[in-house]
Amino acid sequence: MKRTLRFQRKYLCIPYVVFLVLFIVLPIVLIIFYAFTDNKGFFSFDALVDFFTTPTKISILLNSVFIALQTTIICLIISYPLAYFLANKKFNRNGVLITLFIMPMWINFVLRTGATRDLLTWLGINGGKVPYLATLIGMVYNYLPFTVLPLYTTMLKLDRSQIEAASDLGATPFQVFLRNIIPQSLPGVVSAATMVFMPTMSSYVISDTLSEGKITLFGNSIYISFSNSQWNTGSFLALIMLIIIFLSMLVTHRFSREPEARGGTW
Amino acid sequence: MEDNHIITLDHISKSFGDSLIVDDISLFIKKGEFVTFLGPSGCGKTTTLRMISGFEMPSKGRVLLNGKDVTNLPPYKRPINTVFQRYALFPHLDVYDNVAFGLKLKKVPVVIKKRNGKEVTKMKHLPAKVIDQKVARALKIVDLEDLEDRSIDTLSGGQQQRVAIARAIVNEPEILLLDEPLGALDLKMRKEMQLELKEMHKKLGITFIYVTHDQEEALTMSDTIVVMKSGVVQQIGTPTQIYNEPQNAFVADFIGESNIYSANMVDKRKVRFLNWTWDCVDDFEINENVDVVVRPEDVILMGPRTTNLIGTIKSKIFKGVHYEYTVIVGKSELQARDTRDLKVDSHVSIKIDPQNIQIMKKQYNINAFYDAYITKDNKVAMTDDEFECDLTQLLPGSKIDDDGYLVKNGVRYNLTDAPVAVEIEIKAIALSDDISASEVHGVIINSIWKGDYYQVLVRSSSEEDYIIDTQDSWNINDIVSIIVKKDDIKLRLKGDISKYEEDA
Amino acid sequence: MVKKIFANIYIYLILFLMYLPILLLIVFSFTDSTNVGVWKGFSFDLFPRLFHNQEIMVALGNTIIIALISSIVSVLLGTTGAIGVFYSKKRNKRVVEAVTQIPVVNAEIVMALSLTVLFVFLGSMIFKTSLFSFHTLLIGHVCLSLPFVYLSVKPKLQQMDPNLYEAAMDLGCTPRRALVKVVIPQIIPGIISGFLLSMTLSLDDFIVTAFLRGPGLLSGDKAIETLSTLVQAKIKKGPIPPELRALTTILFLIVLTVVVIVAVYRNHFAKTFGTKKNLRRLRNVR
Repeated sequence: MKRTLRFQRKYLCIPYVVFLVLFIVLPIVLIIFYAFTDNKGFFSFDALVDFFTTPTKISILLNSVFIALQTTIICLIISYPLAYFLANKKFNRNGVLITLFIMPMWINFVLRTGATRDLLTWLGINGGKVPYLATLIGMVYNYLPFTVLPLYTTMLKLDRSQIEAASDLGATPFQVFLRNIIPQSLPGVVSAATMVFMPTMSSYVISDTLSEGKITLFGNSIYISFSNSQWNTGSFLALIMLIIIFLSMLVTHRFSREPEARGGTW
Repeated sequence: MEDNHIITLDHISKSFGDSLIVDDISLFIKKGEFVTFLGPSGCGKTTTLRMISGFEMPSKGRVLLNGKDVTNLPPYKRPINTVFQRYALFPHLDVYDNVAFGLKLKKVPVVIKKRNGKEVTKMKHLPAKVIDQKVARALKIVDLEDLEDRSIDTLSGGQQQRVAIARAIVNEPEILLLDEPLGALDLKMRKEMQLELKEMHKKLGITFIYVTHDQEEALTMSDTIVVMKSGVVQQIGTPTQIYNEPQNAFVADFIGESNIYSANMVDKRKVRFLNWTWDCVDDFEINENVDVVVRPEDVILMGPRTTNLIGTIKSKIFKGVHYEYTVIVGKSELQARDTRDLKVDSHVSIKIDPQNIQIMKKQYNINAFYDAYITKDNKVAMTDDEFECDLTQLLPGSKIDDDGYLVKNGVRYNLTDAPVAVEIEIKAIALSDDISASEVHGVIINSIWKGDYYQVLVRSSSEEDYIIDTQDSWNINDIVSIIVKKDDIKLRLKGDISKYEEDA
Repeated sequence: MVKKIFANIYIYLILFLMYLPILLLIVFSFTDSTNVGVWKGFSFDLFPRLFHNQEIMVALGNTIIIALISSIVSVLLGTTGAIGVFYSKKRNKRVVEAVTQIPVVNAEIVMALSLTVLFVFLGSMIFKTSLFSFHTLLIGHVCLSLPFVYLSVKPKLQQMDPNLYEAAMDLGCTPRRALVKVVIPQIIPGIISGFLLSMTLSLDDFIVTAFLRGPGLLSGDKAIETLSTLVQAKIKKGPIPPELRALTTILFLIVLTVVVIVAVYRNHFAKTFGTKKNLRRLRNVR
């Protein structure tokens, strides 16, 4: 080969790749390593056995899944019609309204959570009295914009002529909704759901603040392991979270035609 | 090495991964010439151009510029500029800045007198005034004087094309490379630009190297044409040479309309094809198998006469000045042109002047059929020999739908009766004495021992000849089945696929 | 008609509910009471008090410094990364893109914990000292935003005419120069949106900061406090401190101003010059 070594564009990615390997891949490898060792560094199933034999830990996991599901469903129910209306030019000229829905996201999220808590306290929905309800409201408050956006973008892409054609052919508005709008907007629903479900399960600040420490979700238990420097337990919990994320990715990948919706919503 | 060879390609090859794109090309280009690399897509013409410009380095071989080895010289150090296929104008710059781009980077030696009287030479950028003048001159050459401040995306395709040319010639390169520069323009603009480019070539006096798949463009513009196929040069010559004396059946088929037949030299300057013996002017060995090409305009149709070959007119198409006739002769077809309006189904006698019968050495390295077509069952037919084939190769990313149409991105193509050129590797054909093994049958007419295999010539029942390399020995006059696997049939559509779009 | 009224009521009701907590803080930022809901007469007192609150000012400073530095690092790494990967072989490309997706889909707390474990491991096994500092925090924030920079630059590269880079070299640019003079200007919108995205993510972050911070920056010997960590510590103990209500008002005004400016700017240009083409033309006036 008579190839001289020239500057090549592909070499530019070296720092990026090194960074990814050091700070994305390596930490995950370490998590797996720590999950199956004890605090002396020997191979052990302690964390695993502990997790599956402690009823509270299992119930925390199930509780988190449950509250995440509830949050997701409530968010979808609220934002689906909202997105549908907003995608209609009659209600949302120049897309100003949609900006209004995103705007709160630019105010510090912890501050917003505190404000929600103070509001609920003022209204008497006290974390001390009704921690579950308060947490649920807090979650919905925080994640609603994340469902409005992907739904809004899919609604914008709805093939309106198809809808008109369907009603022209004698379909009732309800049939049109069922047969046309729902299937067409399914990818948006899926990406909206993924944007709420995972973050809710792993959230810490919202449940900790709104339930005044009374409700422990999966994220909280990881945080507690961190505060107590229990690296092995924490790593095992994180590993479970990773597995759940991986599984839900597999499920949503089948439904969603827009794998990069999350990056594109900003 | 002659002085006027500006570019010499010395046994260059280029492969990407496992595929060999350019296969051992050697040629030279003379200073001031207008050279065109012509060939179907994927023939390696653009890759060859990119090796001249320096964007690709040859896997093997050398590129010489004015006799100096520049094989490893990066593009920005070569006195060569390129006009790209889709112009590649910088969208963030306006017309002026696009054209001035190269000039602003250029440094020229300037002699500066120091205070102590010594003279030093320093490399300096061109002064703004000089750049202004040069840009103005270049824009004048391409007829865009008033558009300096326009942004690129306010320009029409033709204007962008001109800016791209101005941007290249303003640097006063020794060679201008043009990679299918007119491909994106409509037909009328294209004709205009062809003439203008030719004019510009005369005015500037520099070497133009042009790449195209359009044979007409090549014939109109070039001093020299290099015809390429599968990374190999097929023929180099002037447009007249290429048209009148094609060196092989591929060139004959690719350039202009042609009738191509397998033929046999039956006597001195006598060649037999279409079941008729013709006088010719080329000297080949007696009994040699050859290919002949006859241009449709050289076929003379006359009233039936017993002394001539007789054919039947199958169809005609009015082309303005003349009619295009398809004449059936025995089992073969013949394309002819005539200004007279003859009746379909009438008998005509056929005359071809000896000097219009171009005889070419037969290529024994591949089976090529230039008058094949697609049947309604999506098979490919060489006369009456029908083979299963893979139509999706004609349009990458396409599929065959349930109704048998070729589909891509929702567009359906109906390829029934579409003319194609077919190539089958000589190793890809299998023979069998089991008559039921294939629908295509033939007779062994020749078998030569080549040292470690036989090269067998089979003539099918519809009088097509197939060359096969095989380990088996066959006897002359054996009847065999001819078997070709679907994927071994390489198709090339004649004309653009858009012609075959189905109306919705 | 009924549908229209219903839709409008629905939209504005949800909007009102969404803004209610923030509105509450804003309203009560003009009264000097310890709790929201208790009105003690109109006053601007909270605003000067905010600016004199050392704790909050330090946290705010830290937050801005971290956001700026981490965004710049992310933009540099992400842009060069996207360019490099774009021109790499297909197989390598696929691997890097898959890894890039990890932090996008991963839960923030898992990423934060995994980095913590890494630094604990490195600190105890190799460096024999605690590594937690501004640097670990910076790495965490870069991890957070890096994939988003990558993902916003990548489509710009895909949209770019692949011959532009070659055209620049053909006209005499060295490869490096061609990148700066031709490729970067083409992808600059992607770089800018990547930067803004990084800023937003960093300014808002709590978990990564809480896990990875150490002493440094304006906090001196104490663990770095950002707005998020400070507010979290405060609201764990009781209601939002009065000064932070004033801060919310200011933040809201800033966000509102930016949004309005952007909207008016767009609208103004759209009206004056109509098409995008003309907008570009305006930009090109020398």
